[in-house]
Amino acid sequence: MSPKVIPIFVPQANQAPGCGAKGGAGKSGCGSSAGEHDLPPEVWAKVKDHPCYSEQAHHHFARMHVAVAPACNIQCNYCNRKYDCANESRPGVVSEKLTPELAAKKVLAVAAEIPQLSVVGIAGPGDALANPDKTFRTFNLIQKEAPDIKLCLSTNGLMLPDHVQAIADLNVDHVTITINMVDPEVGEQIYPWIYYNRKRWKGRDAARILGERQMEGLEMLTAKGILVKVNSVMIPGVNDRHLAEVNQAVKSRGAFLHNIMPLISDPAHGTHYGLTGQRGPTPQELKELQDSCEGGMNLMRHCRQCRADAVGLLGEDRGAEFGTDKIAAMDVAYDPEPRLAYREFVERERSDQDAARASELAALSGQAGDEKVLVAVTTKGGGRINQHFGHAGEFQIYELSNAGSKFVGHRKVENYCQGGWGEEDILEDVTAAIKDCAAVFTSKIGLCPRKDLATAGIEVVDGYAHEYIESSLIAWFRQRTESAQPAASVA
Amino acid sequence: MPYKIISSTCTACTACEPVCPNVAIREKNGTYIIDPKKCTECEGEDPQCVEVCPVDGCVVVDKSLPRYAA
Ligand code: SF4
Ligand code: SF4
Repeated sequence: MSPKVIPIFVPQANQAPGCGAKGGAGKSGCGSSAGEHDLPPEVWAKVKDHPCYSEQAHHHFARMHVAVAPACNIQCNYCNRKYDCANESRPGVVSEKLTPELAAKKVLAVAAEIPQLSVVGIAGPGDALANPDKTFRTFNLIQKEAPDIKLCLSTNGLMLPDHVQAIADLNVDHVTITINMVDPEVGEQIYPWIYYNRKRWKGRDAARILGERQMEGLEMLTAKGILVKVNSVMIPGVNDRHLAEVNQAVKSRGAFLHNIMPLISDPAHGTHYGLTGQRGPTPQELKELQDSCEGGMNLMRHCRQCRADAVGLLGEDRGAEFGTDKIAAMDVAYDPEPRLAYREFVERERSDQDAARASELAALSGQAGDEKVLVAVTTKGGGRINQHFGHAGEFQIYELSNAGSKFVGHRKVENYCQGGWGEEDILEDVTAAIKDCAAVFTSKIGLCPRKDLATAGIEVVDGYAHEYIESSLIAWFRQRTESAQPAASVA
Repeated sequence: MPYKIISSTCTACTACEPVCPNVAIREKNGTYIIDPKKCTECEGEDPQCVEVCPVDGCVVVDKSLPRYAA
């Protein structure tokens, strides 16, 4: 069940610099699967290298979270801080708590290893702004020592209005706020208490204060041109009918994206909802709500709800390579060169890929038929079909039609290739995970899985190994439709 | 009477440390402890450590340590 992010554009009346605030004509959508030409330039400049905000960027860039802020100032019924926090840190707790100094060092160490690194965030467990000293000290250090890295943070919003200036001063250009309600009557069922102004508030008062502070903080951020993503946890019977209203409220205040995530509820997590049997939404319920909020805009579907201390490209976690002890003992120096070189390389790759896609699209236009097919791709990143089938830990799924190719999500699998040969039952799972796909695009594949896939009716395409994903898919789709309708005339 | 932290239920979330007006709370061996000599029970307002602690019953009055004992 992958969460879907609903992009929002700012209504004309609101001149806050969010997405789509410019002019009006033609710029109907702003989404993160949108590319350079669909976004106002100042927004594109902010999202283009951010893997969590831009579907394009997630092919090329890596983010990391540092867990320096374990304290929280509100209690959520879906959260048990001993175990997990829905504020972007599911599943599992972070494995270590870092001091700001160690965190900054870790960032440098990771940056030295991974030139794709473009963003460092502070998210859960806990609330970044319930620990303002640690959070801002960490950001300060990173900014001083690695100024080319972007900063972002996640918060429940309670203390946000007090820190907007500090956030702006540090050039933090993305903030995520978790907003589950705008109505205290709904809120009191989600938040048993908050700690605010040296006092514990309960019930409706707590929800009212929290809601007001969230809206105030959101408005202050967008007024400063800081991009805000809103996360909402969908809780059936509690806020499911209410989230459309939340969507309106955050949209009108200039939020850039709205990400509606399913409640994950399990008694084993020890959360209030888990223990009282509150269920999460079914995929259908989630999709219905998302569709009703989305109104024809572009979607971002690549969020993987990563762990709070995750390191790497989305879908990949190299955190274990950068344990606290290792970092403490390391000698690291700041060298932005490899990252700058990498970013230049990505710029070139991107325009190249855009051009390749555009030319394939041109060849496709005018073709008859309204067929839509799903295909799966194995990739290590970089927007290319460059992963061995047996090494794939996930498939990227694209929908192909006469309108071109569209990224629609990813499916995780266990890579079946362990030590050189495939394990039969894992292979079965893999096949099942992509059984609705017409084809799988991969750089290389063994004989045995090739046979199994063929039996399952999935075509194996390895003729585009190491080529760009999207232009290859479109080319394949065009040839496929042409050979299916040999007599079709091209207008 | 000062407050104390029941270390077996403390999650070491750090929330209480910065809110104590008397700097009575610190980390010790992976859990948090209150210095009974510094704790004033936050006279005049609600005990801040109790208000902020996410674990019910983790911060309690320490009856074994009468505050005004010599
Ligand atoms: S009761 Fe007040 S003074 Fe005593 S430890 Fe708690 S916060 Fe500090
Ligand atoms: S707030 Fe409670 S759980 Fe957190 S460190 Fe203090 S005593 Fe422990």
